[in-house]
Amino acid sequence: MNPAKIDIKSDNTTLHINSSGAWFHHSIADISKQLKQFVINKNIITIAWDFSAIEELDASGIIVIIQFMRRFDSTQVTFTYTGLKPEQQRMFLFYRKNSIHSHPPVVQQNGLFYRLGQFIIEQFMGFMAFIHFIGENTYQLWLISCKPSLFRFKAMLKHLDASGLRSLPIIGLTSFLVGLVIAYQSAEQLQQFGANIFIVEMVSISVFRELAPMISAIVVAGRSASAYTAELGTMKITEEIDAMRTMGFEPHRFLVIPRVTALVLAMPLIVFFADLLGVFGGMLIAQAQLGITFSEFIARLHTEVDMKHIIIGLIKAPFFGLLIASIGCFRGFQVTGSTDSIGNFTTISVVNAIFWVIASNALISVLLTEIGI
Amino acid sequence: MFDKSSLIEFNDVITQFGPNRVHDGVSFKINQGEIFGLLGGSGAGKSTLLRQMIMLQTPTSGHISVLGQTLGTLSPSEIEALQLQWGVLFQFGALFSSLNVLENVSVTLKEYTKLPTEIIEDIAHTKIKMVGLPPHAAWLYPSELSGGMKKRVGLARALAMDPKLLFLDEPTSGLDPASARAFDHLIIELKYMLNLTIVMVTHDLESIEYALDRFIILHNKKVLIEGTMDEVKQLHNPVLDNFFITNK
Repeated sequence: MNPAKIDIKSDNTTLHINSSGAWFHHSIADISKQLKQFVINKNIITIAWDFSAIEELDASGIIVIIQFMRRFDSTQVTFTYTGLKPEQQRMFLFYRKNSIHSHPPVVQQNGLFYRLGQFIIEQFMGFMAFIHFIGENTYQLWLISCKPSLFRFKAMLKHLDASGLRSLPIIGLTSFLVGLVIAYQSAEQLQQFGANIFIVEMVSISVFRELAPMISAIVVAGRSASAYTAELGTMKITEEIDAMRTMGFEPHRFLVIPRVTALVLAMPLIVFFADLLGVFGGMLIAQAQLGITFSEFIARLHTEVDMKHIIIGLIKAPFFGLLIASIGCFRGFQVTGSTDSIGNFTTISVVNAIFWVIASNALISVLLTEIGI
Repeated sequence: MFDKSSLIEFNDVITQFGPNRVHDGVSFKINQGEIFGLLGGSGAGKSTLLRQMIMLQTPTSGHISVLGQTLGTLSPSEIEALQLQWGVLFQFGALFSSLNVLENVSVTLKEYTKLPTEIIEDIAHTKIKMVGLPPHAAWLYPSELSGGMKKRVGLARALAMDPKLLFLDEPTSGLDPASARAFDHLIIELKYMLNLTIVMVTHDLESIEYALDRFIILHNKKVLIEGTMDEVKQLHNPVLDNFFITNK
C-alpha cells in the first residue's frame, strides 16, 4: 500500500491539489499533518481537488479531506473535486452528510467551599446510609428472633464454609509464621539477660491478645469483605436483588444476615486456631534457639499466662466479624450501574474493613488497659 | 450459480461440546456484498457458528475460511491483520463500561493508527452520527444509555476501522418494533454506502424478510436450507413452515 501523497500547484486564483496513494487509516497520518499546516494564499478563490490517482479511500481519508474543507466554510473559497469512483463518491457524500466536529461540554468547576461542602454532605449521607443499613439488619434480626424459621440456616452454613473453614489454611500459616518471627526476634534479646524462659509469656500473650485476632481479621477482611461486596454488587447490577424484592425475599434477610452471622460465629473459631498455630511457631523457636522443650513451654504457659488473655482475644473476634461482614455487604449494596463500580466498591470495602478492624482494636486495647484488664 | 467470490466458507464443520454434538457437517458460503442470515431455533448453534467465524471458538473438525484465510492456520500477525478487517456487534453491545461513547468508538483507531487525536475524534463523531445517535451521546457512559443506543454505539465501534465484514449478533433483539425496523434500515443503508458484507444471527422474522439477502436455517445439527427468501418460500417443507410460523 503506497502512502497517501498530495501534490499542490497554484495558478493565480486556483489551487490544484492532486492526491495519490492510499488514503487509508494506516497511511494517512503524515498527510493529515501536512494539510493542517498548509497555508493558503489570500487570492485563491477556487480549490480543485483531483482524486483520480487515489488507490483506496476510507473514512479516515474522507475525514481528513473534510477537515481541510471545513477551514473554508466561512470564506468565499469554492471547492470542486473530480475523479472519485462512484462508490467512493457515494461514501464521500455519506460521510460528508454525517460529519460533525464536536467539543466536549464545558463542565463548570465549582469553588473550594462548594466542593468542601459537597464532600462533607456526601460523607454524612454515606454515614446515614450505613446507619440505615444497620437499622434494616437489626429489624430483620428482630423479626428472626420472633420467628426463628425465617433464618436462612443453609445459606449461613455455606458462608461459614466459604469464609470460615476455607480461610483456615492461610490464616494458620500466617499466624504460625508471625509466632515464629516474634519468638525469633525476641530470643536473642532475652538470651542476653538470661531470661530465656520469658519467651513463653512474650509469645503467647502477644499472640493471644493482639496478633491472632488482628491477623485473622485482616485476612478475613481481604478474603470475605471483598467477596461479599463483589457478590452483592454483581447481583445488584444483574437486577437479582430487585428480582428478590419483587418476590418478597427481603435481601437483608436472605443475603446480609446469613453472611453476618456466619462471620460472627466463624471469627472466634478462626482466632482460636490462629492462637494455636502462632504459639506453636513460638514453641519451635524456643526449642531450637533457647533449648526450652515443648513440655517446659506448656507447663509455664499453664502457670504464668492468665486465661483472660485468650478470652480477650476471643471476645474481640466476633466483633471484628460483625464489622467485616457489615462493611462488605453495605458496600455491595452501594454498587450502581457499571461493572467499574464493582471494582471500586470492592477496593473501598477491603480498605474500610481493614482500617476499622485496626482502629477498633486500638480502641479496645486502650479501653481494656485503662480499666486494668 | 454464484459468480461472486465467497468471503466466508464453512466446509464440513463439526462442533461438539462434551457428548453433545451441535453441528454435524455444516457447509455454506457467504458472498461479497450480501446480508447473510444465520437462522434456526434456540440452541441450534447459530451463535456458535458466528463465534467460530470471529475466532472466539474453534470447531472440533472441519475448515472455515474468512476473507481467503483458513482459520486455525494463522500466525499471530495474520490474525491481527484479519481482525482489523472485520467489526463485531455483540448482542448487548459489549461496550467498555469504563470508557465513554466517544472513547469506545475511537479505541481501535487510537491503538492501531498513528492519526492525530483530532482526526480520530472527528472520525468517531462522524461514525456516532452515522449510526443515528445525537451528538451529545458522545460524552455519555454506557451505563447511561438505553439498550437501543448501546447497540448503535456497538455498531459505530464495529465500524470504526472501516471493516469489509460486519458481524451482528441478534441486532434487533430487545428493541421495540419501530426501532428494530429503523435498525434494519440503518444496516441496509450502511451496507450500500460502505460496501459491507454483513453476517447476522437473528430471530426477528420481519428483519429476515426485510434485511436479509440470503440465509441458512440450521436444523438438526445440519444446514436445512441455504438460499434467498423467495427460494425458500417455494419449498413446502413442514419444518420450514413450522419455523416461520413459530417465529411469527
